Amino acid sequence: MAVSTSIQVTPGEVAASLALVALAAAISFWRKADLERDIGIATVRSFVQLTAIGYAIKLIFEADTLWLVFALLAVMVLFGALTARSRAKRVPNSFGPLLIALAAAGASTLGLVVALGIFEASARYLVPVGGMVIGNAMTASAVALNRLGDEMADSRARIEATLALGASAEEAAQPTVRRALRSGMITLVDSTKTTGLIFFPGTMVGMLLAGAEPTDAVRLQLILLYTLLGSVSIAALVATQLAYRNFFTPAEQLREPGG
Amino acid sequence: MLFELDDVSLSRGGRLVLDSVSAAVPTGATAIVGPSGAGKSTLLRLLNRLADPESGSIAFHGRPLAERDVRELRREVSLVPQLPALLEGTVRDNLAYAARLAGKPLDCERSLSLAGLDPDFAGRRVDELSVGEQQRAMLGRALAQEPAVLLLDEPTSALDHASRDAVEAALIHLRRELEISLVLVSHDPEQARRLGEWVVRLDGGRATESGPTAEVLP
Repeated sequence: MAVSTSIQVTPGEVAASLALVALAAAISFWRKADLERDIGIATVRSFVQLTAIGYAIKLIFEADTLWLVFALLAVMVLFGALTARSRAKRVPNSFGPLLIALAAAGASTLGLVVALGIFEASARYLVPVGGMVIGNAMTASAVALNRLGDEMADSRARIEATLALGASAEEAAQPTVRRALRSGMITLVDSTKTTGLIFFPGTMVGMLLAGAEPTDAVRLQLILLYTLLGSVSIAALVATQLAYRNFFTPAEQLREPGG
Repeated sequence: MLFELDDVSLSRGGRLVLDSVSAAVPTGATAIVGPSGAGKSTLLRLLNRLADPESGSIAFHGRPLAERDVRELRREVSLVPQLPALLEGTVRDNLAYAARLAGKPLDCERSLSLAGLDPDFAGRRVDELSVGEQQRAMLGRALAQEPAVLLLDEPTSALDHASRDAVEAALIHLRRELEISLVLVSHDPEQARRLGEWVVRLDGGRATESGPTAEVLP
């Protein structure tokens, strides 16, 4: 993969885009959506976080050692699992499954794209692609476990009646786990179906703005979309397969809610 | 003895649901009676290990329940919950699933007949059934496993009188012809008299009385 583009964006241009933030706040105020404070926090946080990560990535690119890349990706996995946990409150001890799911999705996806020769094993490729992979894996596993928690609560009677027939916990939970897995994957599958028709993905837009050839932008975007499909599938699968077990005791009894 | 409970206690949500229950359940048909909240359904759940007691022990044919393989126990001691909870699909799908779990050949027509349902119900989707029909399909599903013991939690609570009589007749038939032992939770003393040979009375989580039906419910 050899894509080289460059674009200069001045602080003034970033400041000018705040006009749209002001518009969002004005709409919220006008329609009493009560989101002005959240919009303000989101704007400040995005500025601080992206500026900080921008400098961190610059340092990592300059150092160009894989250890720093792995350390950054490990931090992303950790914070991703912590963030996703807050979406999966009804799943007992969800942090462990989420951590393993994000680590597995990140390691296997990045390992595969490097092994296939799609990207070089260098900071310039692994950091941005790793960020996208882990971010999407986080969203997918959070959605999947959120659904798993709701479904397990709604399906308690059916699951317990199935256990009462001598089914294993895995057999009793299977329909629920399947629906949760599907929920985690469906958003990206749907957006991949409509990409180019209803929306242009961020990478492609960024490259076009930076002056890249449209065909190059499209090819890179396709690689990333297919990579993300793999990573969200792995994340949702690992998270649901590990997390459903936490609803059962070793004697294949359904735990009491909150117990 | 079929089941022997020795000093069994269990709490749920900080409330003592079963309080030092000691009782014997003989082979045959036993009715567990008592007011709402007495712990009847919880006791039934302990008998096929959908829950375990916090203290005390339960033996099945003289052997502690905890020593039994839990899945084998549940196929031998089948619980039919009060609220129907069938799997998606047809009645036959449900019976086939249960029979497969127990490693038994499926005789859908026989299982449905024993449960008081017309064999034509086999092809019906479960979401098209009334609650009473679902309750009988649940019984048929349990019977497809050919269990030695049936645990029934208020098996006729959702049925009209005619359906209730049909299910009770089916249960008497199961007891007499197939020698399946029944442990039945009922809030209705009349039903306990009709079906139970032995009665255990619970009140406030404690076993207050047990013995032959004629003595406990004269």
